[in-house]
Amino acid sequence: MSASLVVNVLVSGVLTGLVYGLMALGLSVIFGVVRVVNFAHGEMMAVAMYAAVWLFTSAHVDPIVAIVPVAIAFFVLGYALQASLINPMITRPEHSQFILLVAIATIISNLLLMEFGPNALSVQTSYQLDSYEIGPLLFDKARVFAGIAAVVCSAMLFAFFRFARTGKAIRACADNYLGARVVGLQVKRLYALTFGLGAACVAAAGCMMVLLVDVTPVVGPSYTLLAFVIVIVGGLGSMGGALLGGVLIGVSEALAGLLFDPAMKSMFSFALLILVLLFRPQGLLGRKT
Amino acid sequence: MNTLRELLASLHGRSRVLLALLLLGLLVVPWFLNAYLLTLAIMILYLAYTGQAWNVMMGFCGQLSLGHALFVGLGAYTAAALLFHFQIQPWAGLWVAIGVCVLAAAIVGALAFRFGISGVYFALLTIAFAEFTRIGFENFQWVGATGGLFLKVGQREHIDLLNLRGPPIMFYYVILALAAFAFVFSGWLLRSRVGYYWQAIRENEDAAQALGINTFLWKMAAITVSAAMTGVAGVFYAFYYNNLFPDQVFHISSSIEIILAPIIGGLGSLFGPIFGAAVITVLGEGITNLVGALGFDIPGVKQVFYGVALMIVILFLPDGIWPPLARRLKLGPRSGR
Repeated sequence: MSASLVVNVLVSGVLTGLVYGLMALGLSVIFGVVRVVNFAHGEMMAVAMYAAVWLFTSAHVDPIVAIVPVAIAFFVLGYALQASLINPMITRPEHSQFILLVAIATIISNLLLMEFGPNALSVQTSYQLDSYEIGPLLFDKARVFAGIAAVVCSAMLFAFFRFARTGKAIRACADNYLGARVVGLQVKRLYALTFGLGAACVAAAGCMMVLLVDVTPVVGPSYTLLAFVIVIVGGLGSMGGALLGGVLIGVSEALAGLLFDPAMKSMFSFALLILVLLFRPQGLLGRKT
Repeated sequence: MNTLRELLASLHGRSRVLLALLLLGLLVVPWFLNAYLLTLAIMILYLAYTGQAWNVMMGFCGQLSLGHALFVGLGAYTAAALLFHFQIQPWAGLWVAIGVCVLAAAIVGALAFRFGISGVYFALLTIAFAEFTRIGFENFQWVGATGGLFLKVGQREHIDLLNLRGPPIMFYYVILALAAFAFVFSGWLLRSRVGYYWQAIRENEDAAQALGINTFLWKMAAITVSAAMTGVAGVFYAFYYNNLFPDQVFHISSSIEIILAPIIGGLGSLFGPIFGAAVITVLGEGITNLVGALGFDIPGVKQVFYGVALMIVILFLPDGIWPPLARRLKLGPRSGR
């Protein structure tokens, strides 16, 4: 095993991990503010992937360009979902919310099955087989584009929460619910905005992901679990943690595929998760509650 | 017998009559069912049993497990592998299966409760353990890995209770006995000292601890009892279906299936899981038949309806279906829940 092979695998793990991180960022933002675990996260990812495939096959829209319309559509849908179904449930116990989101997930994945059938779909862009050569190292173009797009989207989200008034208001809701109500913030509306933003993150990640893998109607649960693993490793509710967790999981998957059996790759992720839960339950970058 | 009398005494006269009628009905009904309906009845009782087992942990003690497929799978695989490799009969394998499940539960519980993991984090930890085990079993060649583990069907004509081999009606009575046992056992647990400790922990863990209840110990008791009961269901599963695939028994959808009945039926109540199991199964099958009869039997349609029905129940009946129904019919326990 040559050093350049290991570096290649590591870099591709980091790039894929950035896309994972963006997906998990959506989950983390939603949980951090609304305190609802989105068990339909992977199914939303699947919808975004199908949307990107559909835009590509019917209108030849490049998946990277498709990020914009798909993310906007998801923002609207996410806002509507929170405002109509989840807001009335936020004071209910966790298991009730769980059933609601499982029901939503079931509906989504089976609507996808009805519409697109059980076969795997993918996109074929002109640059998917190209790669950048730097000395002995080879980087897939598609993976590099996806990684860069993930960084750009994450940076925009960070900037929004750091500098925009609405972003600060959302953070205020997360830090102190009662305080936010007292100073006159419309918490329910901000929750809906947050869910919309979280959905937009998944949408963007889904568009990037179709450059790397195929999509079938049943991919949902595995992405949901992947997103859970990432946010818990990074710290549930911590935005930087989600990205860090994504990169860690991306690299661990890539290394497991290289050193062991690729079928065992998610076992390493779950082992990492169990270790983090036991020794640092708040996650690597999470704050103690 | 004493506990049974206490349990009965806590019910209204009308509920006592209904309970007796239900039991009598369940005892005679299989002789009037065709093969398809008998399968459904077994499914209902199986879900009622696993629901009751899960309820011990969540409904009584307030610990949300979303990974109970772990215990179904471990129980099923242990008993099946013992028969497959060492010709150990199911009734002996059962105890090993229970032991394995208790051990697994003790590991999960000890790690989680010692480090103070609770709520959403605990739920996700249970999913993680179940998924971890699923992938492990998919690579575990000794029990067939992804190819599955198959038991010899042998004969299906006459009842051989010792080897758990026989016609479906035998499995019906086995699972009925289990469900009845779980009902009485849960009723006893709920009224025992342990049951009150659990309910105290469920309502307010800090307050319970302040009153001197060893919350770690009793939470461990809840997870191990629940796991042992669920493991028995796993043994039943293995011998009823005769084939095991990690992707089915350990899958998260299997965990979801277990918790739907008690949540839809009504958490923490005794009748809830039974009622919920009946509602879920009849709903699922009814939708299948309806969709078939209406002629748009595309893959996926039935699950969409199922999801919608689930959503409606959870949105409009926060306590599940049974508690409001029992109130309306003036049934159920005289005091408390």
